[in-house]
Amino acid sequence: MPHDGHTDEMSSLSDVELRVRALESILTEKGYLDPQALEIMIETYETKVGPRNGARVVAKAWVDPAFRDALMSDATAAISSLGFTGRQGEHMVALENTDAVHNMVVCTLCSCYPWPVLGLPPVWYKSAPYRSRAVIDPRGVLSDFGVTLPDETEIKVWDSTAEIRYLVIPKRPDGTENMDEAALADLVTRDSMIGTGLALEPTGAGS
Amino acid sequence: MNGGQDLGGMMGFGPVEPEADEPVFHGDWEKRVLAFTVAMGATGFWNLDQSRYARESLPPADYLSFSYYEIWLAGLIRLLETHEIVSQAELQAGRSLASPKPAKRILTADTVSATLLNGGPVDRPTDRKPAFAVGDAIVAKNMHPFAHTRLPRYVRGRAGIVHAVHGAHVFPDSNAKGLGEDPHWLYSVAFSATDLWGPEADPTLTVHVDLWEPYLDRA
Repeated sequence: MPHDGHTDEMSSLSDVELRVRALESILTEKGYLDPQALEIMIETYETKVGPRNGARVVAKAWVDPAFRDALMSDATAAISSLGFTGRQGEHMVALENTDAVHNMVVCTLCSCYPWPVLGLPPVWYKSAPYRSRAVIDPRGVLSDFGVTLPDETEIKVWDSTAEIRYLVIPKRPDGTENMDEAALADLVTRDSMIGTGLALEPTGAGS
Repeated sequence: MNGGQDLGGMMGFGPVEPEADEPVFHGDWEKRVLAFTVAMGATGFWNLDQSRYARESLPPADYLSFSYYEIWLAGLIRLLETHEIVSQAELQAGRSLASPKPAKRILTADTVSATLLNGGPVDRPTDRKPAFAVGDAIVAKNMHPFAHTRLPRYVRGRAGIVHAVHGAHVFPDSNAKGLGEDPHWLYSVAFSATDLWGPEADPTLTVHVDLWEPYLDRA
């Protein structure tokens, strides 16, 4: 429906929007919610905490062997050393993709996801098609993302059934030997850190 | 519980449909639901496992047709009613009709950022010794509790190998009942796809699942 200015605002709200408004006003009236705290939280996950954090972790692991080793032995501490900590990332494990092994992460029981490094999960990650199929047909899921792996690649799927949160370290693309950490981070997509994608190829040789 | 949330291995949902340049939220109401759900979690009326149990207790037909933030909203309303924080009459009236029950904590503008950055670790000290070590062969128990559990149906009764010992963590099955944290050893267990799904399964696939000791028997 087009937005035509001065229609009654309430009539354009869906049932769920009305219920959300009513509930929020009840909880605020009872003193359980600080409206300013809610705004800070929303802003945090909209603008501050997202997959660029994870991309920094991955790029550093690619260029700094000592950091890579620290990440593989204690991911929580290594990631925390870059300032990424907190809710839904209290117990981190890093999984390294190689030519031989491809890791992919799912939460079949809900929507567990490493918030401090990837932000809030995308809709597809929380959806039934992904949660049902990732553990039985990961190659089929990968093809939904346009990714085909060699038949002999070993696939490890990690079902986040506890409070351990997984970050996939995608394979560093060929031809990136001369790129610096910041440029490498731009190749690291959110999906490559879930394992449903690969890191991007660099555009143009030597750029 | 064998609810609509336990999706591993189900079929018929169609392809995964990633959205290009997906926004963090699809509409303002999703922002509100995320924010007030997290804020109400901080009040201490319930714990994380109780909130998961509330969501998975939705009738499966609802669970599978709701968007994820609708599941959160329905789960939160269930918690608010069960814990007598908000009544059905208040939800219908759209306003508070009774004085509030005292909360342990209110997430304020001063504390919210630190709270998010600190999170809530669930590893706990324990006097118990781990029963299993890396490389041990185990079988996941065949159990079907009516209450909350984090043992997915698709591994029950299946043989696996302990891949890692994570430490002692809060045990959801106990915590979701409000019976205390009862920490138990948590293991990463590797299951081959052929053990989970039969001889036709992808021979290159291994599924790792994080499982607490009470879910496991020695093979």
